[in-house]
Amino acid sequence: MDDYEADPRISRIVSRKVTFWLREDADVEQQEESFQVYKKYVARKWIFMAICFVVILVVMGLAVTYGTFDIGFLESYEIIWDHLTGNIIDTTKDHIVVNLRMPRIAVGIVAGAGLAVAGAVMQSTLMNPLADSYTTGVSSGASFGATLAMTVGLTAATGSHAIVLNAFLFALIPTAMVIATSKMKNTSPTSMIMAGIAIMYIFNAFTTVLMLWADESTLAEVYQWQVGSLAGKTWDEVPIMAIVVLIGIIMVQLLSRKLNVLATGDETARALGVDASKMRIILLAIVALVSAAVVSFTGLIGFVGMVTPHIVRIFIGADNRYLIPASAFAGAALLVTADLLGRAILSPVVLQVGVVMAFIGGPMFLWLLMRRNSRVWG
Amino acid sequence: MTKIELNHVAFGYKESLPVLKDVTFSMDHPGLYCIIGPNGVGKSTLVKCINKLLEPTEGDILIDGRSVKEMSIKDIAEYVAFVPANSFDCFSMPVIDTILIGRHNKQKWRTTAKDINIVHKAMDMLDLGPLAMHGFNELSAGQHQRVALARGLVQETPVLILDEPTANLDVKHQVYVAEMLRELSTRSGITVIMICHDLNIAARYAHQIIVMAPPGVVDCVGTPDEVITEDVIRRIYGIDCEIVTFEDSPHIILKSTFGADEDELDWDEGAEKSL
Repeated sequence: MDDYEADPRISRIVSRKVTFWLREDADVEQQEESFQVYKKYVARKWIFMAICFVVILVVMGLAVTYGTFDIGFLESYEIIWDHLTGNIIDTTKDHIVVNLRMPRIAVGIVAGAGLAVAGAVMQSTLMNPLADSYTTGVSSGASFGATLAMTVGLTAATGSHAIVLNAFLFALIPTAMVIATSKMKNTSPTSMIMAGIAIMYIFNAFTTVLMLWADESTLAEVYQWQVGSLAGKTWDEVPIMAIVVLIGIIMVQLLSRKLNVLATGDETARALGVDASKMRIILLAIVALVSAAVVSFTGLIGFVGMVTPHIVRIFIGADNRYLIPASAFAGAALLVTADLLGRAILSPVVLQVGVVMAFIGGPMFLWLLMRRNSRVWG
Repeated sequence: MTKIELNHVAFGYKESLPVLKDVTFSMDHPGLYCIIGPNGVGKSTLVKCINKLLEPTEGDILIDGRSVKEMSIKDIAEYVAFVPANSFDCFSMPVIDTILIGRHNKQKWRTTAKDINIVHKAMDMLDLGPLAMHGFNELSAGQHQRVALARGLVQETPVLILDEPTANLDVKHQVYVAEMLRELSTRSGITVIMICHDLNIAARYAHQIIVMAPPGVVDCVGTPDEVITEDVIRRIYGIDCEIVTFEDSPHIILKSTFGADEDELDWDEGAEKSL
């Protein structure tokens, strides 16, 4: 402004700072330098993801070697490579690796990534460190659906995937109920998670009632399902799960900047042009589909969804643009590692991955609590 | 510059309990506008109506001639930045990233050198430079408020609304922020609307003061010299005072009237009404 006269009320330092703020032609070199510093800071987050990726690759190699038929660590990569390039040398080994051992690992990777991303998004949208597919009711819905199929035989479809489909459909009911509660009254994120927990109890009660009439073998089956397992997976189960998880992750990644805005609180989000309640419903619906797709195939695997995002936040912070892909990598790494441990520790007895996750996840969660890291717990 | 007009605005959270009644005034020059008034009189409600966080039950608000009713919250975010009274983060990020979120309305997918530059300038302006990499939740209440203010500044909107931006600041930063907002509004031609409980800060730095009184009405609008008078203060707050002039601005010296007449000690008319 040309007609600007020094205001006697304004001290020189304030005036100088405002001048600096209004200056368009700020020091280019300085600007470039601070941008480079910021880029380095971001690069560290990508390094974390790269490390997780390497862990997945190594664990995959180890997991393939594990079993009665002897296959070497490096040999396992060779066999996979040969299979991919269509240059199969030993058909027996190829069959064992590709058809018997790999599906389990593939399901583990997809399930770990899907559950961890679902947990990360649920925690950020509901602003609650305890949010995951359990506390939003998704898991208990799936559990009820699966139990219904196993005990009473009441299924939405027949065939080999009847249990999976049932679990999936019933997993969507709690989510719809949580969203409906939030729509009915202008509820806070906290009351949404409380609604989720209430619904979880209701569904668990129904599941228990169903189990009263189950015979022993069915009970064992239900029990197996409720702890979650990667055993006996085949390639034909992978595509549906992988597609839902991949599309879900891509969608929430595209919305991750809005998720950051949402995490600042509803008012600030609206003031920045993001309709908080609408965005919350969209994001929750996406990740509910993802976790429903996962748990209906694997059964209830706990802790991956809750613990992974917390661990990732320690390393790379809470920025959702990086938290989401990093949680996917870390969750996959964690789950395949847990599965390998479950097979190795009490060999030849195989411990289910859900149990191993609880053994790893529980203490890890306590450790996170003890750290009192304000960056994690708010 | 952006012109804001309020025409007969009324608002109530419940129909039976109006919070705002027939509020009409306009802000047609850039500058620092302070809204003062007792607790519970509807100051926050009023500013939230301006940027559509709340929708008035009656009347209309025009931003540059466009009714907010017809604008989406995204459109409004282009015009108005809002700094709430309290801000928090459940999973906190470093200060630099927290401020960067304010660039949401301007930013495309990638963070650019320009975004980082503006965030750095805002941190410099609010003395936050050394805290750039500290987690938001490691900071004190006053530092939170400065971060929130910086997040408001980087939005680069022609209107900036602040709900008690100086409430948790020490005296030095209170004066600093008030001076900065006044200087910024005169030199860059933006409209800054600030809710303020410190009458002397308002009297010294505001270009215009909007005085609100129960039951949710605007009592008077004017320059500090016009509205900061012994009569107005007594009428609005029910407290006696003496106005002196210090460096061309009115300055209020409060007098205790408590105890002289017990019946006059009426803390909160607004709250009483809402019971």
